[in-house]
Amino acid sequence: MLEKALTGSRGYGIWVALLLTLAAIGFFFYLRQLNYGLGITGMSRDVSWGLYIAQFTFLVGIAASAVMLVLPYYLHDYKAFGKITVLGEFLAVSAVIMCITFVLVDLGQPGRAINLLLYPSLRSVLFWDVIVLNGYLLINIVTGWTVLGCEKKSIPPPAWVKPLIILSIPWAISIHTVTAFIYAGLAGRSFWLTAIMAPRFLASAFASGPALLILFCLILRRFTRFDAGEQAIQTLAKIVAYALATSIFFVLVELFTAFYSQIPGHMQHLKYLFAGLEGHNAIAIWMGVSAVTAMVALILLMIPQTRQREPFLVVACIGVFLSLWIEKGLGLVVTGFVPSPLERITDYTPTGPEWAITGGIWALGLLLITMFYKIFVSVKKEA
Amino acid sequence: MAPTRRDFLKIAGFSAISLALPPLPSLAAAKAGMPSASDLFARSPGPLQPLKAKRWAMAVDAGKCPPGCRDCIAACHRVHNVPAFGNPKDDVHWIGAERVEDVFPAETHPRLPESIRALSIPVLCNHCENPPCVRVCPTQATFKRADGIVMMDYHRCIGCRFCMAACPYGSRSMNYRDPRPFIPKLNPDFPTRTKGVVEKCNFCEERLARGVLPACVVACREKALTFGDLEDPGSDVRRVLERGFSIRRRPELGTGPQIYYRL
Repeated sequence: MLEKALTGSRGYGIWVALLLTLAAIGFFFYLRQLNYGLGITGMSRDVSWGLYIAQFTFLVGIAASAVMLVLPYYLHDYKAFGKITVLGEFLAVSAVIMCITFVLVDLGQPGRAINLLLYPSLRSVLFWDVIVLNGYLLINIVTGWTVLGCEKKSIPPPAWVKPLIILSIPWAISIHTVTAFIYAGLAGRSFWLTAIMAPRFLASAFASGPALLILFCLILRRFTRFDAGEQAIQTLAKIVAYALATSIFFVLVELFTAFYSQIPGHMQHLKYLFAGLEGHNAIAIWMGVSAVTAMVALILLMIPQTRQREPFLVVACIGVFLSLWIEKGLGLVVTGFVPSPLERITDYTPTGPEWAITGGIWALGLLLITMFYKIFVSVKKEA
Repeated sequence: MAPTRRDFLKIAGFSAISLALPPLPSLAAAKAGMPSASDLFARSPGPLQPLKAKRWAMAVDAGKCPPGCRDCIAACHRVHNVPAFGNPKDDVHWIGAERVEDVFPAETHPRLPESIRALSIPVLCNHCENPPCVRVCPTQATFKRADGIVMMDYHRCIGCRFCMAACPYGSRSMNYRDPRPFIPKLNPDFPTRTKGVVEKCNFCEERLARGVLPACVVACREKALTFGDLEDPGSDVRRVLERGFSIRRRPELGTGPQIYYRL
């Protein structure tokens, strides 16, 4: 089936070439980072994780969101999702590959990454995250590829696939839970030390992932002959609305606990995140955009008249994605470090090379999605 | 395996170099009349026994620290080849000097006398009883020894910086770039680090093994730093703790820090 990704229209070729160019630029700057060290990024002694780890955190959510298609279809026989579960699984595969790449480029000594397996530490959450992420990648490659292969031959999928797909449901919950535990288990970082970190991660994942899937379905409908169906898209939109509302609710709950209890250690990070501290308000400006975008998107998704009109739905889904990207892909990680354990407020600004490497990995992920979806559409056309 | 000719030549070469080199002119502090300059680079191969303890700990009599004094920091960084990048972004340090309200935010208040608020408090790795950095390290590159010293294996560290996120004290530094060109004066007795690994205070385990006290303790002219076995009632550190009230940084987190402060 792979060969189907290699041929296509002129537009497809241009798009693939563009992504390859971006990935090559990212790779070029990664070679420079390998040579110079992570000092080429904006990270510092005080803010020791930045854009890379934040992208990883955000993308684990995108990967986990495949469960929002698989669960209704396989557990509740919700037929409208039958056509697109494979799209969710391929999105998960691409997102996990991006996650692993982001972790690798964040390592100071990437050549030693194998030490994770040679000297595993069972008490380290990062070790478990490597295990669950790779497991999830494997499950989704096997199930997605097998189901699509059977569709190509117009035969039902083999019986062993279904238990594996059912297993992918709790496994999807696990990847985002374990990723949240990386943060939520650190005694010294009060911003992350919250029991609802994993629920928060899951809520935002089930909003951002399905929002991206809706956009992909609409793109496929416009540029190819594959139509996911209005019912599937509208159900996904309702899932996004509920998940986004839950996600906003969880953030408000955090704000209440911090600001009603008035404990300075809990308030200071949130103040930095939403208002800035001592004039350091770069993140706060981004978070303002995130908050407004989330509210607008929520209103557009809650009102049936706007949700059912494609232009509004597109705006809402872009809004959800952007808002949660700012919240998870920027704010959540950096704010945990500010102020530092010694009360220092250190600004973090990603550098040009850092953006280029980040963009390169996103291009790589989009390239994988493009190729997977190209194969998917070609198989559907033949079937 | 028997040593090859190549091995022999290597050993012979190194021996010749160490014989030919004069002993290191130690520290700028020697000029300042520091008494223990020779101890700082003590190289006695023979007579001294390694210093051993059940639980190494340090007491810091911060009230004795003169304003602006950096002797302990200079000695530590000199002995351990800590690079001086001169900017906060790349900064690597094992000991820092911080304001009291930043070190003890929960224990201080604005009405403290100026004499206390003006203090500059040495901060270093707390060699925790229950170290969060060791718990989170995915490769066991950071580990705790039986005598309580929290150590780093610079050859195993993958540079993920999970330990830096986990340390509640900001005691760890990342080599964001190659540190070697930024080492002001190389000490050939201690390894240098590569870019991409995390480092921190090691309680001078390499000196304890040679029977000498940590460099910072030796370098302090005010005798503000006391080092010893917490389990030994007759040790120096226990004698200092017996004298009165002492506090530790953020003990409520359950890490069991082993640097005790008297203010």
